[in-house]
Amino acid sequence: MFPLGIEPYLVGGILAGIGVSLIYIATGLHATQSSFFTTTLSWFLKRKHFQKESNIEERTWRLFLATGLVIGALLYTLTLSPTGFWNTSVQIWRLALGGLLVGFGTRLSQGCTSGHGISGLASLSTTSLYAVIVFMGVAIATANIIQLIGVSP
Amino acid sequence: MNKQNITVLVGGIFFGFGLAYSGMTKQEIVLSFLQLKDLGLIFVMGGAALVTFFAVNVVPRYLKTPLLGGKFKPRRALLSRNVIIGAIIFGVGWGLSGQCPGSAVASLGTGNIAVLVGLGAMFVGAYLRGLLDKQ
Repeated sequence: MFPLGIEPYLVGGILAGIGVSLIYIATGLHATQSSFFTTTLSWFLKRKHFQKESNIEERTWRLFLATGLVIGALLYTLTLSPTGFWNTSVQIWRLALGGLLVGFGTRLSQGCTSGHGISGLASLSTTSLYAVIVFMGVAIATANIIQLIGVSP
Repeated sequence: MNKQNITVLVGGIFFGFGLAYSGMTKQEIVLSFLQLKDLGLIFVMGGAALVTFFAVNVVPRYLKTPLLGGKFKPRRALLSRNVIIGAIIFGVGWGLSGQCPGSAVASLGTGNIAVLVGLGAMFVGAYLRGLLDKQ
């Protein structure tokens, strides 16, 4: 069940939680991820969906958040990482098609693994609980079907 | 850069470091979790949600407002058909590619250039969502 132990997972999760908590305690903002795509598009697209007031208000700090994520992962890679820089071997078509569905689905659902999974659950939101159960269940089913029909990596 | 943005950047660094430390930034590890070969990943979301639970529910009892001003507001959304349909679509994409928004962004910092394709596609997906929004 835990071939790599649980330490890296638990420590990583706690560190991520410290980051989200620090931001909430200092600013009251929820450091969720998927809104980043919509708020960033608001710089380029005139459509009302993107030009909502909340998108304009949030787009700058969300860019800082995304930058922080990249820097944090880079720091880990340069210091503690046993493998250093690394590239996925998952096929490009899977990254592309999967990414498209992730972008569309998370925006329609108004949350992702961090929005519903971390901030939503931590806020005891039943909506987020339902969303997490659904996307976890569907993702587990999808990953197993993909493996079953022999798509690898 | 104001104080808010610097704080968000620092918090984001913790967040990204944690995601990389946990292996979430490696699509192969996420997929092995979803294929139920390695259940450790549940502790990433669980650990992060538990820490954040205290920040959202306990800290505001002792602190009237956030340190830099503003308001404490738990993250609540109304349940709608879109929340569930969106979660289904997201689940298919996550299960197919092992990428979710935060982990894909952080993954860039590990040198995983291939994930740029996934991130580009996520922007296209968010754009299509906007096109379908009748408002």
